[in-house]
Amino acid sequence: MHPVFQGVLTIVIGVGGCVGYFYFSNMILDKVIFPARGPKTGVNINRANKVRPWLFLFPAMFALGLYLAYPVVGSFWRSLFDRSGNNFIGLGNYFDLFAGSSFRTAVFNNLLWILVVPALATFFGLLVAQLTDRLKWGNIAKSLIFMPMAISFVGASLIWKFVYSANPDIGIINAMRDYFGLSPVDPVQIPFWNNFFLMFILIWIQTGFAMVILSAALRGIPEETIEAAIIDGANPFQVFFSIKVPQIMGTIVVVWTTITILVLKVFDIVYTMTGGNFGTHILPSYMMTYMFRDDGRATAVAFVIMILVLPVMIWNIAQARKEMR
Amino acid sequence: MDNIAGQKSGLSIVVNITVVVLVLLWLLPTIGLFVSSFRDRDQISNSGWWQAPMAVDLNFRTRADTDTEREVNGSFVIEGNVFADPALAGRFPDATGRVAAFGSRAVEPGEFAVGTRAELRSGGFLTVAEDGSFVLENDESFGARGPLIYFEARTPPQFTLANYRTVLTADGMDRAFINTLTVTIPATVIPILIAAFAAYALAWMDFPGRGLLIAAVVGLLVVPLQLALVPLLSLHTSIGIGQSFLGIWLAHTGFGLPLAIYLLRNYMVGLPRDIIESAKVDGATDFQIFVRIILPLSFPALASFAIFQFLWTWNDLLVAKVFLPSGAASQVMTVKIADDLLGSRGGDWGILAGAAFVSLAVPLVVFFTMQRFLVRGLLAGSVK
Repeated sequence: MHPVFQGVLTIVIGVGGCVGYFYFSNMILDKVIFPARGPKTGVNINRANKVRPWLFLFPAMFALGLYLAYPVVGSFWRSLFDRSGNNFIGLGNYFDLFAGSSFRTAVFNNLLWILVVPALATFFGLLVAQLTDRLKWGNIAKSLIFMPMAISFVGASLIWKFVYSANPDIGIINAMRDYFGLSPVDPVQIPFWNNFFLMFILIWIQTGFAMVILSAALRGIPEETIEAAIIDGANPFQVFFSIKVPQIMGTIVVVWTTITILVLKVFDIVYTMTGGNFGTHILPSYMMTYMFRDDGRATAVAFVIMILVLPVMIWNIAQARKEMR
Repeated sequence: MDNIAGQKSGLSIVVNITVVVLVLLWLLPTIGLFVSSFRDRDQISNSGWWQAPMAVDLNFRTRADTDTEREVNGSFVIEGNVFADPALAGRFPDATGRVAAFGSRAVEPGEFAVGTRAELRSGGFLTVAEDGSFVLENDESFGARGPLIYFEARTPPQFTLANYRTVLTADGMDRAFINTLTVTIPATVIPILIAAFAAYALAWMDFPGRGLLIAAVVGLLVVPLQLALVPLLSLHTSIGIGQSFLGIWLAHTGFGLPLAIYLLRNYMVGLPRDIIESAKVDGATDFQIFVRIILPLSFPALASFAIFQFLWTWNDLLVAKVFLPSGAASQVMTVKIADDLLGSRGGDWGILAGAAFVSLAVPLVVFFTMQRFLVRGLLAGSVK
């Protein structure tokens, strides 16, 4: 069967199945199991209303459990076995990983990414949000800086491959070097610093995200606080750093952590730009070198990523619970 | 409000300039790729995209035709015009052009300036004039095969759709495009319904454990996809789905649900309580309230999530690499570019640029037409 027909069929079955499930399960609950008639009408309505939320939740809970909750346990369990999956080796995969220098490089690079990318993306986002706030053409500028958000990581990497190309007739960086009489270099092959050239691609993508959210937060600041500061003689920098930034600190933290989580998932950029060569591996790309070859190692790397994400996860849950109260 | 006390105009100029620089920095790389995708492939590798509107010096070669060899005063002479070569007719349709320099070896095609009398390594002398006419002289015959003449000539800027044509026909991007669509649409539509019902339950129905479930959704929001790859692939294999479109639809549905539930719940909670309560008083069931009231009112949130999920599944590389078979029949565009074109067409910039823009076109259109919903969704997801 051609995949397109298969796709159409899936939409029909999927959507029809969902609607059918919700409609008929609801009907069966009301008409068959707890019918709202006869001597027990009141009791039945109450019982039906107790069951109904679970009816509505069941498909989502099932999918979430299977596709996100189970893998956390499943991955950890798998990481305790060797490559074949038959021999239990305890934490052997983890010890082997930490003994290897390429894994340590990946961890080190990943920590660099976590430090640099969220910081710079948030910084640029805040800068653009503040600068375009009062500009006549601010919305156009924001729209253009926001655009990389729509581009795939692969597409973005290709775009930057052009910029970074060692050929002065392709790459604009080397064209400039050529113009000043310097010999061409390949930025993605310079040890250590190449990591930063790769990071910049993600910063380029994520600045738009930070900008949109911080721009909304800046607009939400009560005007009186700013007016009062200006009347008291504060200059624009003081207004920005002492009045505005403290008031949107909560949003800055949210943006920062959101980008941090993203950094821990993105393998596409390293994979496309260098394939992890020249000392640029990060954990997600390092995991892909074991994918399909050694599931024990792959899941061990994935679990290390999970451990890095854990603090943010706990913090997020705590925040969410605080809000609900 | 910043300038109520009269802002200095000097600062405003600085602000304008800074924003222009930032916008250019953010825009130029994409423009470069876009311009390159329309350029002739030889011109791409000979001048930067920023010089695209200008003429380009390209290297050509032609073989002197020995049929026209004459003997003059004891030496053998071949005369002709480099632009007359029928093999170059594609470049110089009227067989004229301007030679910038010429040479006799492939390593140095522009060794000599026009008009100079250059000594050939194989013996004899070669002179090429600016209009392309050349004279070869030697004291013995050039034989059956005339010597090769290399020359640099100006070619006018050429913009073509040839890159797109190659990408879409020979390189199979057309198939990859359809595959991407096939992955994306079910993976966007199916989670919305499932999530909408769950979000309604979490927002407006009272039951024990609701708070815990919301916390769980928030927690699952950040679970790295990497954890899911190995266990789910072996699960899919053991229940017979294996690597297939069905598998990737299910995977994307599962991975998209936390954000969907979270966004929709946040939006639904904000809907006015009065409407829902008066509907209940009028005897509407939860199912009726959901279908008749909540779903239509939540359209903006549904649209935001749909755009997110669409962009995410369209642009995804990781899930497609793991949950789809690697053959050309089911490759999506991101995999095609990253695994196939970058390897086999690594230096062919025109092809790469064309392929990239084929894959970027749809997300960019969606982005610029639906930006409103996208921004609203982002704000609902992060700012509280």
